[in-house]
Amino acid sequence: MEITRRDMLSVGGKLLVIASVGASFEQITGAEPPPDSYRTADHWWGMIIDIDKCIGCGSCVRACSNENQVPKDYFRTWVERYEVPEGYVNPHVSSPQGAINGFPPSKQTSLKSFFVPKLCNHCADSPCVQVCPVGATFVSPDGVVLVDKDYCLGCRYCVQACPYGCRYLKPETETVDKCTLCYHRITQGLTTACCENCPTGARQLVDFKDPKDPVHEFLRDNKVTVLKPYMATQAKVYYKNLDGSVR
Amino acid sequence: MLTSSVHIPQTGVRVQKFIRDSGHLIRPAIVLLAGLGLFMVIRGAVVPKGFGQYGHYRPGALAAIRQHPLSYAGQDACVVCHDEEGKVRASGKHAHVACEACHGPLAKHADDPVANIPKLPVVATLCVRCHEKDTAKPKTFPQVESAEHSGGMACNDCHKPHNPHL
Amino acid sequence: MIPGVDGFMYPNEVELQWSVLIVLYPFITGLVAGAFILASLERVFKVEAVRPTYRLALLTALSFLLVAPLPLQLHLGHPERSFEMYTTPHRSSAMAMFGFVYLWYLTVVLLLEIWLDYRADIVRLAQSSKGFLRLVYRALTLGSMNVSPEARKIDDKVGYAITVIGIPSAFMLHGYVGFIFGSIKANPWWSTPLMPIVFLFSAMVSGIAAVLLLYMACMKLKKRPIDMRCIDTIAKYLFYTFVIDFTLEMLDLIHRTYESDESFRSLDFMVHTRLWYSHVVLQIGLGTLIPLALLAANQLWKFSELKRRVMYVTACSLTMIGIFAMRWNVVIGGQLFSKSFLGYTTYKVDLVTREGLLAAIALMLLPFVIFFVLVKLLPPWQESEAHKA
Repeated sequence: MEITRRDMLSVGGKLLVIASVGASFEQITGAEPPPDSYRTADHWWGMIIDIDKCIGCGSCVRACSNENQVPKDYFRTWVERYEVPEGYVNPHVSSPQGAINGFPPSKQTSLKSFFVPKLCNHCADSPCVQVCPVGATFVSPDGVVLVDKDYCLGCRYCVQACPYGCRYLKPETETVDKCTLCYHRITQGLTTACCENCPTGARQLVDFKDPKDPVHEFLRDNKVTVLKPYMATQAKVYYKNLDGSVR
Repeated sequence: MLTSSVHIPQTGVRVQKFIRDSGHLIRPAIVLLAGLGLFMVIRGAVVPKGFGQYGHYRPGALAAIRQHPLSYAGQDACVVCHDEEGKVRASGKHAHVACEACHGPLAKHADDPVANIPKLPVVATLCVRCHEKDTAKPKTFPQVESAEHSGGMACNDCHKPHNPHL
Repeated sequence: MIPGVDGFMYPNEVELQWSVLIVLYPFITGLVAGAFILASLERVFKVEAVRPTYRLALLTALSFLLVAPLPLQLHLGHPERSFEMYTTPHRSSAMAMFGFVYLWYLTVVLLLEIWLDYRADIVRLAQSSKGFLRLVYRALTLGSMNVSPEARKIDDKVGYAITVIGIPSAFMLHGYVGFIFGSIKANPWWSTPLMPIVFLFSAMVSGIAAVLLLYMACMKLKKRPIDMRCIDTIAKYLFYTFVIDFTLEMLDLIHRTYESDESFRSLDFMVHTRLWYSHVVLQIGLGTLIPLALLAANQLWKFSELKRRVMYVTACSLTMIGIFAMRWNVVIGGQLFSKSFLGYTTYKVDLVTREGLLAAIALMLLPFVIFFVLVKLLPPWQESEAHKA
């Protein structure tokens, strides 16, 4: 049975109708109503860390673990101890269980040693957000890199793309998880769990858009750097007096 | 004149022949277009509402993440009831140590103090986590080799935790 | 001390995220691309000597392409959400392109080309077969029984155009995988502009070797004579492609060693320890140098038919193992070292889990099962009449 021109037209027309109806079903109506008085446009979050104040107690790691129900053996934040030898080649670094119970006393004799707390740097030009195939991880309008656990496929491409090793796959949900900068706390005027519990004030939450925030003075008066600046991720966690041996 | 009147019916025949010979190609094309149409319909139903409004993500995710319950109340909540301890602390070296740094997460206690009575922290492990001597700690930070320093006594036998300086 | 870890790794880096299934995936799509390029060698570049393998190559490509998404689905934490890549693809992500490139290649290139080439046979079989098979063939005709010489000439022309489009499509299908790795600046083992090209050429090598092996195996099983001119030509193209592939990989190695940047010492140590067997012995030694030597020998000297067949089977089998090892070294190797360049972890392949060894073996065997079914359904032994000179 050969197809006639009339057949072609009728079938083609039907398909066109189906396609256009389908396209118009796509909902572009407004999203969630803006919740309460917190306006994302008023904030641009980050963190400042003073290496000279960190005592490696691990209170931040414990606090984060409690606040966010972080699964065992995975870390949204952790502390590393660096022991830099004479000759400055490879530092000896350790982070026993992310320093959740602090550090055992060190027997190493080295040129110098210090602690470095680490967390997600909430990069403004984040390589992890760039590679997510579906839009499950994103930079919020107020500068926090978050994961939508109801949308994440668990492909772990973002885990590979993060230069800092701050992401992991959460076994209970089989989705990617990471530091949320305690988004649920900072949007109601509290500080992050890690900053709240740091006994020396080594870690401080900052809001770059707040003119009264201490971050402006901090950046002006101190020598600061981000981790792996050559990655050009526009990281927003600034370290004061971070040694060059830090990886 | 004669040639053009001969050409026109020939072209018509050629087009007819072309359609007849290539007509079968329309079938896979139809299959493909049907698939595409089906995809557009399904897509319209399945893409989350408002996706793309703030960026390439579900705007509902922001609200969902904000719903996460608190575990730490924050020291401002503690001193509302415990202002005595707050005053003692404020006058000493632990002025900037948050209550929950030692006492653990207490948002539940802050919500319902009577129903959730917290346990006191274990002194044996608590104090040394910060104050055990370690070469990596800043030199100005008070740290001791606990075995030598206390000879087995508990830290709070001598030091009052809220204002520890002797 | 964490078991399996030497030195220091960031706490979340200790566990590998991408398993042997992610090694399998580029291996499979590589076979697809390579087999298709071999088919296009005949169709577009008119290397008429390899014609006996034309249909075989297409069926090989299809068998592997149908299996390709399966390792990914098994790997995902939420495979039921994988449709999101189609409905909300993130355009900055190379991985988001997978769904579309895959569908394009499957439908518009491979299925359409196979349909057009086999149409005359399908129509004939629709009329001559009985029972369930008859229904299958009738469905495959898509309702058209027109196999007049003119219609088949048009099929041939369209098929040619599709093959031409198919070549860059095959490059995209596999090249984007190389880009997925090559564009990750966080990982110095992966991050190089050479990655997509190295992946592509090693894909072509593995695909050509696979078709050669399958052809010889099929002829043996069907007790038919092997067309020596055909496999000599295939071996020649395999040799050329292999030389280019090897040159690219050596270029990468030499470049890294010469520049000796921050990552080099850590990576060098990793290759000498954790990757010694898979990289130096398997990929370079057994998988590249020996096949190259065997293939080069056949370009320089003439051996007897039997000797040539043995050399080709050996070379191609070793090649397949070597290219698999290459994928292993890239994927697994890239996760064995710490991004702090201060430590290494270990990868233990599970046996029976979703991403374990048994799953990988099953997924490698499945394409051959599909191939067997396809060969029975669409016998590749007779070339399409439309296709003849």
